[in-house]
Amino acid sequence: MSHGGDRPAFLQHHFSDAEQQRESAKLGMWIFLLTEILLFGGLFGFYVFFRAWNPEMFINAHEHLNRVLGGINTVVLIVSSLTIALAIRSIQLNEKKKTMWFLATTILLAVVFLVIKYFEYEHKFHLGQLPGQFYTYTGIEGTNPHIFFSVYFAMTGLHGLHVIFGILAIGWVLWRTKKGEFSAEYHTPVEMVGLYWHLVDIIWIFLFPLLYLIG
Amino acid sequence: MSTATTAENTQEKVNYLNVARGIKSWLFTMDHKRIGILYLFSVMAMFLFGGILALSIRLELLSPGADMMTADTYNQVFTLHGAIMIFLFIIPSVPAILGNFALPIQIGAKDVAFPRLNLASWYVYIAGAALAIYAIIAGSVDTGWTFYTPYSTQASGAVITMVLAVFILGFSSIFTGINFIATIHKLRAPGMTWYKMPLFVWGLYATGIIQVLATPVLGITLVLLILERAFGIGIFDPAMGGDPVLFQHFFWFYSHPAVYIMILPGMGVISELISTFSHRKIFGYKAIAYSSVAIAFLSFGVWGHHMFVSGQSQYATLIFSFLTFLVAIPSGVKMFNWVSTMYKGSLTFETPMLFTLTFFFTFAIGGLTGIFLGATATDVHLTDTYFIVAHFHYVMMGGTIMAFFGGLYYWWPKIWGRMYNEAWGQISALLVFLGFNLTFFPQFIAGTQGMPRRYFLYPDKYQMLNVVSTTGSWILALGLVVMAVVLIHAMKWGRKAGKNPWGALTLEWMIDSPPPPHNFEETPKIEHGPYDHDKVLVKPDKYSGEA
Repeated sequence: MSHGGDRPAFLQHHFSDAEQQRESAKLGMWIFLLTEILLFGGLFGFYVFFRAWNPEMFINAHEHLNRVLGGINTVVLIVSSLTIALAIRSIQLNEKKKTMWFLATTILLAVVFLVIKYFEYEHKFHLGQLPGQFYTYTGIEGTNPHIFFSVYFAMTGLHGLHVIFGILAIGWVLWRTKKGEFSAEYHTPVEMVGLYWHLVDIIWIFLFPLLYLIG
Repeated sequence: MSTATTAENTQEKVNYLNVARGIKSWLFTMDHKRIGILYLFSVMAMFLFGGILALSIRLELLSPGADMMTADTYNQVFTLHGAIMIFLFIIPSVPAILGNFALPIQIGAKDVAFPRLNLASWYVYIAGAALAIYAIIAGSVDTGWTFYTPYSTQASGAVITMVLAVFILGFSSIFTGINFIATIHKLRAPGMTWYKMPLFVWGLYATGIIQVLATPVLGITLVLLILERAFGIGIFDPAMGGDPVLFQHFFWFYSHPAVYIMILPGMGVISELISTFSHRKIFGYKAIAYSSVAIAFLSFGVWGHHMFVSGQSQYATLIFSFLTFLVAIPSGVKMFNWVSTMYKGSLTFETPMLFTLTFFFTFAIGGLTGIFLGATATDVHLTDTYFIVAHFHYVMMGGTIMAFFGGLYYWWPKIWGRMYNEAWGQISALLVFLGFNLTFFPQFIAGTQGMPRRYFLYPDKYQMLNVVSTTGSWILALGLVVMAVVLIHAMKWGRKAGKNPWGALTLEWMIDSPPPPHNFEETPKIEHGPYDHDKVLVKPDKYSGEA
């Protein structure tokens, strides 16, 4: 459709202006994030029920998680949220190079998170602190301690998958930034991926105290 | 006819159907109308499949003994019938087909907010459908469509594959919901205020809210079911300190709202049809709009009524019973508003209106029998009998699907630019009405007499009722075949339709049939409300004047 020459290339035909397009993307993304929270909400629900049924076992079992590693990972994710926010700021200032650096740093931090998580998992596999029928560890008192690890692996596992997906998404906007698709004028995908990454961070900020800290 | 007009006629106008040709132009389309058509064919294929399964169930139940299948096969057939009809047919039917087609046009938009996501949702649907069909080949499933634990974690068969298929289908539903909500919020044409939106749009808006709030909970429940089955994580296994009833709580926290995912868009369709065919301003516009949203929110508080006999505490049962009754209020508000719209209207009885009246009749029965089940004392007697089967078929098929059929006939001329044959359309509507009631009404009686659901064999005393029911199922099937023939015939050979065959006032009737590729040549001006039949008179033009 010809609407005259003043329509920028990134503006899709069914929007009347860039503002409308940006606002729509934002709303859509927020609703999507809401569904993500609800997805985890189901797991939080399970956590609540099983903790209420087995309060002592939960307290005994949580001692076996490594608070230091969990704490470091919390810091890592918080810093990565900062770097992606800085990436968004940079692209708003048309600083393409800086944007790419900040995005790359975010990916690096996400990888660090996963590596630390790997060592945590590896240690638990080794001890037999595994979910359900694979649980062989004997050092935790209370009924059905395997349930705690079922909840732990389900929650951190789903979160880990979100981290991996986040790395892919950030990589995708990094590549598009490199191709010069974004500018101060149009950078909606960078912002949306940033929102997603903040959510991944926030979910961890809830998981960490629930699983590692609350005694 | 002068030569000038003949020349004009032979040169067909550019519309969304002829703007591009070839299979690729369909598979990669971003046009919401074309995506609606993609959904139309794929969802109807699933309906056909689920319908054949339904007929075979009824055929088996024709006589008390085992006739044409083994008990195992029977369990698989009713499971597949349920899963396919729920997840692959009813949930996507009205929103994904009619909603995709009509919603953007009704609010004066050129497309939905995220056309690519829209196409993606169709591909996700196809992937889910393919996986579900693969599950049938790979060993089938006999758990019932609800996948109740602990049976579903132990039963043989392709349970994981089927559950994964449902999980994937959930994404399709979420994508559609996100798209509709964003579209309604951000893409309304100037002047299209919230209270000028057609009620179909309100219905889809409320549906979108439930889709995004409930579906993720089903998603995580199914993920845990897969983990339980694959790795034995013990969350639902009582032997390992888990709780199978917790699965039911989570499952119904989604699946009860899902019932409203099914019915709300149907109610939206009915609101359109009732005003158009009563040729009268809809009574209580705001009440109908708000009651949709009210139903959406109430739907989250009633899941426990599926579990009155599961051993949950009597206080929980009491509260769920009360909350369940509350849903009757907004539903009643709608019913009374629709009936008031008809009052002193000048009614015409084209096919869509016949389906609307069928909807009133069957949905009222479905709703009233719901009260039997919401009341705890009668529920205990009726749980897991054919009364339940009859009740939810009256609500889902008698409600949603009748509205869907009415909507199909209503928008068919707009979709294809051709009219269907009215007389045959009416015959199909009557056959469906008769067949439906003959099939499912006897099941209420069988249920109150104690015939259990899901059973393969039954005592002789229920045979008469089952014979009537099975006979009804064939009349229903005949009605649906007639309907299919009428609609398919109209696609190619029907007389060319005018812009506005019904004299309706919503925006889709102001543009050509079939609509141009981008819906509107220029941004439409909203000059009147969607139902201002008291102020505006539009002359219906069923046929465009060409033979």
